[in-house]
Amino acid sequence: MSMETSALASDPIEMSYSEAIKDALDIALKSDERVILMGEDIGVYGGAFQVTGDLVHTYGEERVMDTPISELGGAGIAVGAALTGLRPIFEFQFSDFATLAMEQIVNQAAKVRYMLGGNVSVPLVMRFPAGSGTGAAAQHSQSLEAWLAHVPGLKVIQPTTPHDAKGMLLAAIDDPDPVMIFEHKLLYKTKGMVPQGRYTVPIGQAHIARSGTDITIVATSIMVHKSLAAAEELAASGISAEVIDLRTIRPIDRDTILASVEKTSRLICVYEAVKTLGIGAEISAMVAESHAFDFLDAPIMRLGGSENPIPYNPELEKASVPQIADIIKNVTNLVKGKT
Amino acid sequence: MTKQKTQNEPFALKKYSSQQLKDALRKMYLIRKFEEGAENCYTRGLIHGTMHLSIGQETSAVGSCMPLAADDQITSTHRGHGHCVAKGADVSRMFAEFFGKETGYCKGRGGSMHIADVEKGNLGANGIVAGGIPIAVGAALTSKRLNTGKVILCFFGDGANNEGAFHESLNMASIWKLPVVFICENNKYGMSTSIERSTSIKNISDRAASYSMPGVTVDGNDFNSITQAVDTAVEHARNGNGPSLIESLTYRWRGHSKSDRNRYRTKEEINEWIERDPIVRFSSFLIENSVLDAKDVKEIEASVEAEIESAIEFARLSPDPIMSEVSRDVYTEIKA
Repeated sequence: MSMETSALASDPIEMSYSEAIKDALDIALKSDERVILMGEDIGVYGGAFQVTGDLVHTYGEERVMDTPISELGGAGIAVGAALTGLRPIFEFQFSDFATLAMEQIVNQAAKVRYMLGGNVSVPLVMRFPAGSGTGAAAQHSQSLEAWLAHVPGLKVIQPTTPHDAKGMLLAAIDDPDPVMIFEHKLLYKTKGMVPQGRYTVPIGQAHIARSGTDITIVATSIMVHKSLAAAEELAASGISAEVIDLRTIRPIDRDTILASVEKTSRLICVYEAVKTLGIGAEISAMVAESHAFDFLDAPIMRLGGSENPIPYNPELEKASVPQIADIIKNVTNLVKGKT
Repeated sequence: MTKQKTQNEPFALKKYSSQQLKDALRKMYLIRKFEEGAENCYTRGLIHGTMHLSIGQETSAVGSCMPLAADDQITSTHRGHGHCVAKGADVSRMFAEFFGKETGYCKGRGGSMHIADVEKGNLGANGIVAGGIPIAVGAALTSKRLNTGKVILCFFGDGANNEGAFHESLNMASIWKLPVVFICENNKYGMSTSIERSTSIKNISDRAASYSMPGVTVDGNDFNSITQAVDTAVEHARNGNGPSLIESLTYRWRGHSKSDRNRYRTKEEINEWIERDPIVRFSSFLIENSVLDAKDVKEIEASVEAEIESAIEFARLSPDPIMSEVSRDVYTEIKA
């Protein structure tokens, strides 16, 4: 566990990932009148994934606002509110629905500050339940974080533990610029120790989740957990894998990645989003363009989602994203020189 | 008799002082001359890019902003120079922006399509049709939540009335009773496509009925009509009764942008609108009602021309941005 836990935060208790998010929302709502939550069915329903839970009963419908099913308008209202003095936290029911709101996210939220010569800022947080594994098929299972990470003006984060889910959300709420948070749906029920009270985990810093010497695994979101499980098994067969939990994909923590590759001299990127033209390509190029390239003893490898929409059949669905066995096999091949 | 006369007195004369009306006329001239100056600079190659001129729509811009308090806010459109001037912007800094200079309102990063003057309450023009509508509703949400008393005036064109953002925004403004006034400046064409060809209803203001808010269509080139309609809507919003939709009928004399060949409308139609120049209409009204005389009008015109000339000079002589600062202000610089 990491990072700048303030003196106020203490006595960690066990919480689920979604409880940790709710705890952060509660702290923000309690401490700052400007904070409002907006989203579909986040009030009495408690949110599609029960993240906001009963917060509406504490803070009322004025601050925990159910929006109509109007993602574009709702997102734009959040942008306008952020621009003029509120601190909105907008929940998309599924990250896939960002497609309905791209105009406001990409053309407005990301660019208003720059277009207006730095005279304004947009302190907006958007939360996106993302990823596959729920049997919800192609329109409710995507991993679109690289789309948004391509846009200067946005920050994009993917916390992987309850500790970071809370600390990074509080950092995002404090941030003067728009922060997009992709939360893998399968993480919501995972548990971990979370400090009570207020603390922040900085945006833009990767976390070395496991130290190792033979290969660097740069993973995002749920793939961090799969990579850690793979690393455990690899250790039994004598391969020492370092697992970097990237946590932030814009801005990327270049230094941590390059230092790790210098040490291990091998790199594999593991992520759930479609393999091509994504975060893996970015990290690979970043290493290839740097001095760390000279340290490589093996080709760089990307392990990502297959080139198809997420299918309904559960076995096909699993086959569409990297699994622990895939990580073990590919890492072993890289380390043993069988590529 | 006297009472009868007062009742029939035009709205503008009842509501505003002579000085306020003179200032309004001056702002209309300032917009006209600003647009002509910008066009001239563009033609001479001093300004690059593109621009969307609002010549012919000056009364709609000035009349709409007339009922606003200084700290009320507006959102504007790609055809936004007039709105910016009407809300009180300094034309020197506007020209500087068009020239891409560091002294411009957006430090040369925004240009014509993103002109803004946040201090004066202009949250910005917008390059996306209907892009500013939800933003205006968000600003109105801030006003209501923080109890600032501000009303937000949201400008958009007839083209925006068929965008989803328009419909979603009006619905949410209505269900949450937010202090926003939607002003649809209907200048008959979304680029080249006429309102008759693009829109299933005759009056855009009829859309208001779907969202349970007052809707009215007025002659936006008539100062009394547009000002009175907006004044009513602003009061309605300020008193907590929620949004209104006003359709302001107007006409752009120039093409959509610099690429327009005017193939979709006739010269006769354009000339007919030019003959009914809204600024002449307003100045004649003021002369008829002895608010000012022809000499005053001449003086206003001359002072506006001098102001434009010096604004262009200011812009021309202002420093260029520093190239190494191209990525400044993408994010807020957080000082340690």
